Amino acid sequence: MGNKMHKKVRPKHLDLTKIRIPVPGQVSFFHRVSGVLMFILLPFALYLLKLSLSSPTVFASAHTFFTHPLIKLMSLALMWAFLHHACAGIRFLLLDVHKGIDLKTARASAYAVFGVSIVLTLILGSLVLL
Amino acid sequence: MSRLGVKERIVVGAHYGFRDWLVQRVTAILMLVYTVALLVLLISIPSTHEAWRTLFGHLSVKVFSLITFFALLWHAWVGIRDVWMDYIKPVGLRLTLHVLTLVWLLAALIYAVDVLWSV
Repeated sequence: MGNKMHKKVRPKHLDLTKIRIPVPGQVSFFHRVSGVLMFILLPFALYLLKLSLSSPTVFASAHTFFTHPLIKLMSLALMWAFLHHACAGIRFLLLDVHKGIDLKTARASAYAVFGVSIVLTLILGSLVLL
Repeated sequence: MSRLGVKERIVVGAHYGFRDWLVQRVTAILMLVYTVALLVLLISIPSTHEAWRTLFGHLSVKVFSLITFFALLWHAWVGIRDVWMDYIKPVGLRLTLHVLTLVWLLAALIYAVDVLWSV
């Protein structure tokens, strides 16, 4: 006890380039990223709703708004953030009630969250923005 | 057995646990219900701009939307506050960010009311 000579050399900081987070951990990380992204884009999302509810004359000219590449990018980011956050959220709610809690299922559902949200983003994005 | 006394209490600018955990889940479920309901309504109405405007013209849709937006704000508050608590260590800066977060969310609420009642 208390023998300092045998003390292990431990890293003093976390080397982010060496850490490999498992897929369920990555889902959790991107759940946070997508949440923060939506928090920042909240006024933009509300503006889109306002635009969609505007009078027929204003609405008719709204499509020019979406020709700007930055607006397309922001819309796509919003779609992905919502879909990833919702899918990951449903997964977390199920884990809370002990559904799919074994490692194999939890790992598969983590992959599913990434897959489903990316595919739905691409489908929705191409429908709305192309 | 030791318990945190008043002196040792750490200032994090938050409550300590279960209530926020529960709020995060209840508000999430409400937002999911709203999303599904909106999708069902969207499918059932004609796919025209006029029908979309008429839908949001109903007071019930406005009220349901605004209640869901309250849930969204509460959910975002708990989530963003957790982010500040995790990464921002100086207490003064953290509490300042908490206040700015609340201002941002309150501004969004006022804008949401303006948008919903513009139809």
